[in-house]
Amino acid sequence: MNLLSVRDLHASYGSIRVLHGVSLDVELGGVTTVLGANGAGKTTLLRAICGMVSRQGEITFEGKRIDGKSTPDIARSGIAHVPEGRGTFAPLTTEENLRLGAYTRKDKEVENDYERVFEYFPRLRERRAQQAGTLSGGEQQMLAIGRALMLRPKLLVLDEPSFGLAPLIVQEIFRIMRKINEEQQVSVLLVEQNANLALEFADRACVLETGRVVISGTPDELSNNEDIRRAYLGY
Amino acid sequence: MDEFIHQVFSGLATGGVYASLALALVMIYQATHHINFAQGEMAMTSTYLCWALIEVGLPYWVAFLVTLVVSFGLGVGIQRFVIQPVEKAPVLSVVIVFIGVLVILNSLVGWIFGYTMKSFPSPFPEKPLFGNSFLSSHELGVMAMTFLVVGGLFAFLRLTPLGLAMRAAAANPVSSHLVGIRVNQMLALGWGLAAAIGAIAGMMIAPITFLDPNMMYGVLLYASAAALLGGIDNPFGAVLGGFILGVLENVIGAFVIGTELKLTVALGIMVITLLVKPSGLLGKTVVTRV
Repeated sequence: MNLLSVRDLHASYGSIRVLHGVSLDVELGGVTTVLGANGAGKTTLLRAICGMVSRQGEITFEGKRIDGKSTPDIARSGIAHVPEGRGTFAPLTTEENLRLGAYTRKDKEVENDYERVFEYFPRLRERRAQQAGTLSGGEQQMLAIGRALMLRPKLLVLDEPSFGLAPLIVQEIFRIMRKINEEQQVSVLLVEQNANLALEFADRACVLETGRVVISGTPDELSNNEDIRRAYLGY
Repeated sequence: MDEFIHQVFSGLATGGVYASLALALVMIYQATHHINFAQGEMAMTSTYLCWALIEVGLPYWVAFLVTLVVSFGLGVGIQRFVIQPVEKAPVLSVVIVFIGVLVILNSLVGWIFGYTMKSFPSPFPEKPLFGNSFLSSHELGVMAMTFLVVGGLFAFLRLTPLGLAMRAAAANPVSSHLVGIRVNQMLALGWGLAAAIGAIAGMMIAPITFLDPNMMYGVLLYASAAALLGGIDNPFGAVLGGFILGVLENVIGAFVIGTELKLTVALGIMVITLLVKPSGLLGKTVVTRV
């Protein structure tokens, strides 16, 4: 069953059209990754799904159309977006950033989830009272993912979580994301430059080129494709 | 010496009013990065409303509370219908809109209530409290009210989820949307609160300056100087700046340059702040690592 399905999605910044009819699916509990070069429209695709750019097309989440909804309403329906550049609330503390993640929730589980984020990312516990803008890049990425988890999302949308981070940190973040995906039954839509890592994590993948999906399938199918391997996997 | 102490105390009282209005300026500045030039006239309009309510026979504190509620609504309304449409306009357009609101409110109040000065009651007893000779009870009351407002606002911003959401919306609107905060509602709330705080400032200063449509011109200047001196992005700074401004204005006015030139103190402080420490006393440069 598909949790999220996107059909024939178009998006534009003003008069500049960026997406030309993109379709993709994220299965319930699954991980879908979107690969592609710079400027292919990966970030725009994620923004369009979350209503941050003007878009036309059909976006269905849990069987309901969300393509007419505003960004806050989409967040409230259970999609947590970790944006490019992490979107940290820089002047606020780590703790406040996490609390904001649960802003829309009224249930009593918030405290448990707060502790759980610290279990996933022990480094954040040490940084609890620190101004978030002063955290290292890796810590800010952890904070961004932690904040997204505080929403108790059904779908986690990640925009290049490896960006600008040291390889060891990237490994750690991917290890934790895999754990989150398995333990919390959170589905993931991942945009990533690091294609090898992304294909290891995902169960579905597609490649975006200048706003169109040129190939999609299982990670194995993509890794075995001669052109894709040369262009994105580098061997 | 007694005279000096007296001037300092009465400076602290007016300083409290400047602090409140500066706080209102900072709240809107933090959320929108604009200085609301109409803040003073909004406060003046609220004060006239309170006066009118007292005239029709309401007890002072009832009129006071009604004024706060209506002012809050007025602030929300101005944000919704006047400011939001020019949200993405260039900064000068926004400034012109602020000045437009200023002129409209000023003329409207003058048209409705006339330009003659009116006296405005103080809710505090006439005799000085505790038999002291330095401070009238209105001055003492103004200070107490300032601390109440400042304390209440800080408690709201620091301790409640809604306050946190407001600070988040000011810090990063895009990420706020992504966690489900409706940023426009937060902006409207900020304008409402700023208008209510301004209303308190107006009602506290009116017994001292008397009520007339231009009563807030000077006060707004002092408040802007206070906000600038304390750090335009720091509410604590605004309060500190307000008190410093009030005392300096009074002391320098009484002993150095005379009351006629008092306003130059505010302008002088603005210039000196911008030359020596543009971020203000407590204004902090946000540290970010990339």
